[in-house]
Amino acid sequence: MTRVQVLDTRGVSRALERMAAELIERVGDEKLLYLVGVQTRGVPLAHRLAGMIAAATGHEPPVGALDIALYRDDVGPWRAAHQQPVLRATELPVSVDDKVVCLVDDVLYTGRTVRAALDTLMDYGRPRAIRLAVLVDRGHRELPIAADFVGRTVPTAHSEDVQVRVRECDGEEGVWLAKEVAG
Amino acid sequence: MSVQPAARLRRKDLVGIDPLSAGEIQLILDTADQMREIAARPIKKVPALRGKTVVNLFMEASTRTRFSFEVAEKRLSADSLSFSAAASSVSKGETLVDTALNLEAMQPDFIVIRHVHAGAPHQLARILKSSVINAGDGAHEHPTQALLDALTIRLHRGTLEGQVVAIVGDLQHSRVVRSNVLLLSRMGAKVRVAAPASMVPVGIEALGCEVHRRIEDAIAGADVVMMLRIQLERQGRMNFPTVREYYDFFALTPERLKLAKRDCLVMHPGPMNRGVEIDSRVADGPQSVILEQVTNGVAVRMAVLYLLAGGHGEPTAD
Repeated sequence: MTRVQVLDTRGVSRALERMAAELIERVGDEKLLYLVGVQTRGVPLAHRLAGMIAAATGHEPPVGALDIALYRDDVGPWRAAHQQPVLRATELPVSVDDKVVCLVDDVLYTGRTVRAALDTLMDYGRPRAIRLAVLVDRGHRELPIAADFVGRTVPTAHSEDVQVRVRECDGEEGVWLAKEVAG
Repeated sequence: MSVQPAARLRRKDLVGIDPLSAGEIQLILDTADQMREIAARPIKKVPALRGKTVVNLFMEASTRTRFSFEVAEKRLSADSLSFSAAASSVSKGETLVDTALNLEAMQPDFIVIRHVHAGAPHQLARILKSSVINAGDGAHEHPTQALLDALTIRLHRGTLEGQVVAIVGDLQHSRVVRSNVLLLSRMGAKVRVAAPASMVPVGIEALGCEVHRRIEDAIAGADVVMMLRIQLERQGRMNFPTVREYYDFFALTPERLKLAKRDCLVMHPGPMNRGVEIDSRVADGPQSVILEQVTNGVAVRMAVLYLLAGGHGEPTAD
């Protein structure tokens, strides 16, 4: 197993700062903005983006947490030997109605998690718009989904593993690309 | 933090609390805790069990448990069919096994069974490919009731460990008490039971509880008091002289409740006989969580269905 660092702690912070600036610019009215992190690592990332937006505009957008386990397509009848994902909390402190909801996740890969997140969100109301912010886009989409805000695009092979660590969940922070070495 | 949750429920069936480990119980309770939130959503439905079929095979009267399972199934998007013994071929003499095999021939994924005889769910679990969930078998087990009781206690107290739980009433005919004693003792609670001597089954202490002859001794200093229904329909002969006398000696009254901890929870699995085992002033009082138990029942049944849908492990060992 070889492990190459793609972003260090400062790299993660700089990527998030840039995403926060783009969010403010592109959403226009930050009072409409609602950051919703996808469990697990999307949640602390959403909180950090909210803090950066608050520092820049003086208005802190609300932050929610979304668990997509009950909406996934890679469990249930589609996989023979599967494991039901552990449920985590969904907490949306204010209604998503008429908000510009920005989903926040650590890695964008096949797009299936985002599809599940979109369906989950729609069951909570009717947002004015939904955007997508990810720290890492590693390619290999299986669904017609694209991110609006990307921290770092990392070209990868299927066999490689993108490891995102954030201090709130893992104690360390950074992005690594890991691959099995043959032999 | 007391018990670590298991990574998964590697089971086909839920026939009782007895086969479950503490970690598996913790996983079901943790999952149920998250399921509660679905009831507060504008759209109270998730697609997790889309395309799954559940047959509710209720061979004995039930309102709360059957409705609770049906609501749980619908909230998870499963298709559910409910079966009542009176309007079926059971009244024409078909055996349970034949009924179950015929239902299974229609490819359901789950069979939820309530039956008057202990062991009926176990028998079906062995012969059917579907997941079997015990919704009460005779005087044996009622696992989802014990799980919803445990969730209710945990939501109020944060843990089951060290809680003193008094269970009072018809121990002889109660499946609720068996599942509860097994679950609570496995999770580190201290369980006391009390009933008239004529209603204490031989050997009940072996399940992991202290046996008392007076309600006062059982509830003194308790964190939770769980009252059991006097099952008048199951009494071949009365085990006490009169209902009035039972009330006088064994009912939970406001005076007796003062013996327990000040914030002691009052629970009852329902249906209640007001004025027999429980006084209305207690049943409707500020310490009563009886209706919360009903709400939590839906979340627990959703959790069990969800987790078993990912099972496909080895068949249930008794």
